[in-house]
Amino acid sequence: MEKIITKNLNLWYGDFQALKNVNSGFKANKITAIIGPSGCGKSTLLRVFNRMNDLIEGVKMNGEILVEGENILNPDIDLVNLRKKVGMVFQRPNPFPLSIYENIVFGEKIHGDNIKKDKLYDIVEESLKSVLLWDELKDRLNKSAMKLSLEQKQRLCIARLIAVKSDILLMDEPCSALDPQSTARIEELMRELKNNYTIIIVTHNMQQAARVSDNTGFMLFGELVEFRDTHEIFTAPSDKRTEDYITGRYG
Amino acid sequence: MKRNPHRTQNIAFFFLLVAMLLIVVPVSLIVVIIIQKGLPAINWQFLSDVPRQGMRAGGIFPAIVGTIYLVTGAIIFALPIGLLAAIYLSEYSKDNPLNRIIKLAIVNLAGVPSVVYGLFGLALFVVFFKFGASILSGSLTLGIMILPIIITTSREALESVPQSFREVSLSLGASKWQTIRHIVLPNAIPGILTGTILGLGRAAGETAPILFTVAAFYLPQLPKSIFDQAMALPYHLYVISTQVPNVDEKIRYGTAFVLLALVLFMNLVAIIIRYKFRKKKKW
Ligand SMILES: Nc1ncnc2c1ncn2[C@@H]1O[C@H](COP(=O)(O)OP(=O)(O)OP(=O)(O)O)[C@@H](O)[C@H]1O
Ligand SMILES: [Mg+2]
Repeated sequence: MEKIITKNLNLWYGDFQALKNVNSGFKANKITAIIGPSGCGKSTLLRVFNRMNDLIEGVKMNGEILVEGENILNPDIDLVNLRKKVGMVFQRPNPFPLSIYENIVFGEKIHGDNIKKDKLYDIVEESLKSVLLWDELKDRLNKSAMKLSLEQKQRLCIARLIAVKSDILLMDEPCSALDPQSTARIEELMRELKNNYTIIIVTHNMQQAARVSDNTGFMLFGELVEFRDTHEIFTAPSDKRTEDYITGRYG
Repeated sequence: MKRNPHRTQNIAFFFLLVAMLLIVVPVSLIVVIIIQKGLPAINWQFLSDVPRQGMRAGGIFPAIVGTIYLVTGAIIFALPIGLLAAIYLSEYSKDNPLNRIIKLAIVNLAGVPSVVYGLFGLALFVVFFKFGASILSGSLTLGIMILPIIITTSREALESVPQSFREVSLSLGASKWQTIRHIVLPNAIPGILTGTILGLGRAAGETAPILFTVAAFYLPQLPKSIFDQAMALPYHLYVISTQVPNVDEKIRYGTAFVLLALVLFMNLVAIIIRYKFRKKKKW
């Protein structure tokens, strides 16, 4: 089943067209990687799925983006619900300068009305367990999240999404600030999470895409050139441009 | 001749030191002299009694109370309005020439001489709104005077909160207002406090804005409502220094000491609050 489908999606920043006629389908409970050279529109594509591009002045879009069957380009769409459902992990781990506990309940506090304290605590425990941080952090939930290591911070940011019950996770180069060991552990976590979540990851790192993803899309100058099973795309690319990129002939 | 980097450095240090001393020495001298000459005047009677014998004896209690009322009134008026204006300017207004001119104008308003604010307050609050010379008129005038300081420093504090916090908050489904309320404002509080302190200090010390709007030359009883006139420390100091002959130096310096102590105390309180916040929030 496809969680997100784009049909003839175009996007302009002012006069500059950053996405050209993108047709894609992102499968539920799979990890889809988006690769491509710098500036090809990977982040732009990711940010249309939770309408974060709305924050930028002069953005125009047309086409269709169906998230669980609903066209999110529809002006009446409930952005709050969309953003709860489609969560985003950023390149730089960015917890709020609050305690670990407060970071996780932030979404709940914003959206929920009067949730009981022990219910909140359960949410914190559950979310931290799903990112494998509970044992490390359970004794210092009231310490500032800014003191955590980069990897812990990034896990915390994922936990923060799990707490608002996102079921689609958009990850924009989530490991680029991390060392190789931390990266490997986050990838392990992603494999774990895909049982319950649909994950789309943008990465510069082709090995990472090959290691972790089920499907891969290759983008170039705003076009989605090829979008297929990861194993196939890396072993037998059907487009010349994809082949050039994965064999290292592009920057 | 080849330049000796070591010597150049020493010369530079020398000038930097001199510049620093040029600031520190006069300020310390003022403080030392005021303490030396003013402290002997301070006793319970001086702080709690009304002025007597044509202000040549007794205390300064009504002036202390008046100044506290005026400063409090000014903050009650200026902080909410200034903060809302700062939030609008930093979070909602688009970056276009008109808004840039508005921001620049506000910065420059902070430099307008205080006597101009005094005349403005006289025309608007005392005469036009018919509040008369009263605590209300004086507070509003002082409030308007410190608004630019509060707006500018608050705006800078809001703008220094990293953009990424706003993005994350919005991406978690928070509305713009929720983001400001829960993420931006709490992180800007130290900076906003700084602006408020600067404003407080200025409001407590200025004479010109209260001259025509509230200050009483001699008013031994305390004000009963915001429509009463009041004495105020800076104006009282001016009066006993220039308008009343033969006032003991001790009383003049004592008054100056109290004014200085009041301002320093307010600063201290705010610095402590700020320090506590700093320790808690770090990014
Ligand atoms: N706010 C913006 N205004 C105008 N142009 C933009 C804006 N954001 C991105 N672009 C342009 O759109 C194109 C795609 O940008 P995008 O950030 O999606 O690329 P990317 O593939 O994520 O690159 P990278 O790998 O460097 O992160 C780039 O050419 C970029 O210059
Ligand atoms: Mg990018």
